Amino acid sequence: MELFINQILAGIATGAIYACMALAIVMIYQSIDTLNFAQGEMAMFSTFIAWQLMQWGMPYWGAFIAAVAISFIGGIAIERILFRPLQGTSVLVQIAGFIALFSIINASAGLIWDFSIKPFPSPFGSAPFLGSQLISNHEAGMIVVTALVLAFLYAFFRFTRLGLALRAAATMPESARLVGINVGWMIALGWGLAAAIGAIAGIMIAPVVFLEPNMMGSVLLYGFVAAVLGGMASPAGAVAGGFIVGVLENLAGTYIPKIGNELKLPIALALIITVLVFRPGGLFGRVQAQRV
Amino acid sequence: MTVQDTASRRSTDPASVIGRRLTIERIASVLVLSLLLIAPMLVKTFIVFQFTMIIIYGIAIMSLHLLTGWSGQFSLGHSAFFAVGAYATGILMEHGNLPYPAALPLAGAVCFIFGFLFGFPALRLSGIYLALATFSLAIAMPQFLKLGTFEAFTGGVQGLVITKPDAPFGLKLNQDIWLYYVTLAVALLLYGLSLNLLHSRTGRAWMAIRDNQIAASAMGVNLTMYKTLAFGVSAGMTGIGGGLAAIVVGFVAPDAYSITLSNNLFIGMVIGGVGWLPGSLAGAAFLVLIPNLSEQISKGLAGAVFGVFIILVIFLFPGGARQAAQLTASWIRRLSGRH
Repeated sequence: MELFINQILAGIATGAIYACMALAIVMIYQSIDTLNFAQGEMAMFSTFIAWQLMQWGMPYWGAFIAAVAISFIGGIAIERILFRPLQGTSVLVQIAGFIALFSIINASAGLIWDFSIKPFPSPFGSAPFLGSQLISNHEAGMIVVTALVLAFLYAFFRFTRLGLALRAAATMPESARLVGINVGWMIALGWGLAAAIGAIAGIMIAPVVFLEPNMMGSVLLYGFVAAVLGGMASPAGAVAGGFIVGVLENLAGTYIPKIGNELKLPIALALIITVLVFRPGGLFGRVQAQRV
Repeated sequence: MTVQDTASRRSTDPASVIGRRLTIERIASVLVLSLLLIAPMLVKTFIVFQFTMIIIYGIAIMSLHLLTGWSGQFSLGHSAFFAVGAYATGILMEHGNLPYPAALPLAGAVCFIFGFLFGFPALRLSGIYLALATFSLAIAMPQFLKLGTFEAFTGGVQGLVITKPDAPFGLKLNQDIWLYYVTLAVALLLYGLSLNLLHSRTGRAWMAIRDNQIAASAMGVNLTMYKTLAFGVSAGMTGIGGGLAAIVVGFVAPDAYSITLSNNLFIGMVIGGVGWLPGSLAGAAFLVLIPNLSEQISKGLAGAVFGVFIILVIFLFPGGARQAAQLTASWIRRLSGRH
């Protein structure tokens, strides 16, 4: 029983990473209606920017805020330069664009900061949290930060005019345009927000997985899985999905004999696909009705 | 303009236009084909190897065209089918002592069944959910191949070495050149089969599903059957491509079939022009040649240069090679005054 509880706690700790990433993915999905395959690389690049600023002597929170702000602007710039011209082309072409962006960011980061693994500081320290061996202070802090971001997003989308306009532009672009919302800029703003959240996720994750250009590989996959599991339309669902994936992954590794540990990832994926087959809209999403 | 538009427009064109377009298309096909036939005589062995890889990727991309461009389903998991084909061929040849002409079709059949079965859970999913399911398959496959339990067959992390076959009947051909012709023959065979399939009941059913699933099922198209069949056929073809790759490279290893391969095949499809089978060759050529070119432009930034090339192509020709070919054809027509 103790092993079980321990594994669940450890799962929640890793789940926080996935939740962070999933939140960023859902954000961009809300504004552009496609998965951004380059999201992880964008977050990685933002994290490198924060690291570089700290190397130049900036204090942690200063670098944090600067990196988030730069990412926000960078996200808008990417949308304006790269994806605006691709509007109106098929989704397949846009996905090719994402893959290209992925490859460009990854190679550039490798060239600027090389591929060696770098430690990344944590503002919360790595001491055990309340004496528990499984969750460190940093992981507890990461969960708090995720919760804060979620609360901020909830308030933003629920109570501000801008948030409402963003939601309108995403769900019904035509109607939104007719009531005077600048849909093009809303999409760009969505990109900016997603990049900023990605930066927060990256900075929170980096102390755990260490900083290097490929740090986001598996995190991004788990983030996707979490986002899809929670239902792409629901930020809270994405966070819940992140924790579920983290816990499932740990339990599969511990309790399935022999192959469990080697196949942690495939088993978690198989479970999730099984869930999707029975609930195609995700656990917390709604199935979209289609007009014929 | 979407691919669907052009695909359906072709069938509504007046006969005269088809006749005229066919001449240019025919001349182009004959030119490409004869180029492919004589190419090995003109270049060095290493380049022949690259040509072979282009044709192999072309087969895999062609199978993606069938699945995505014609039946409207989406896959980021074709590296998994490619891997299964490669491993099946390798295991049959090395452990089963089968000759490659027997191993290849068997590998194709294994992949067909695998893809067909995978098609069932995929039936319930569409859009990003299907993307995720296929993506997961691609991620999971190398880990399965590395698994200790099957190491006796798969060679685990080490992989499996495959003996390259010699040219038969005492032909005085270099192994690579012989394999090039084998690959080309297989590719042409598969191309012919695909064209026939697309112009049959099955192809029409796929198009109907792609354009409107609900309408298709109302017209009596069996959705379950045709959607899983599309996955099966596509996987089977990719598997044969994978098998050929295994023989040509002479080696299979789990990490050669990562998600990067899936991504690349996907890009190859987009660059060829989704749904246009001859575009497979253009897409495959892009995949083999552009990374080399990027490497020459800048070693450190090769990945970035590759990405920039992709973006350039999709900015200039969102319809891929198909759009470029149509432009060229109309340009030639205007030049020759047959407008």
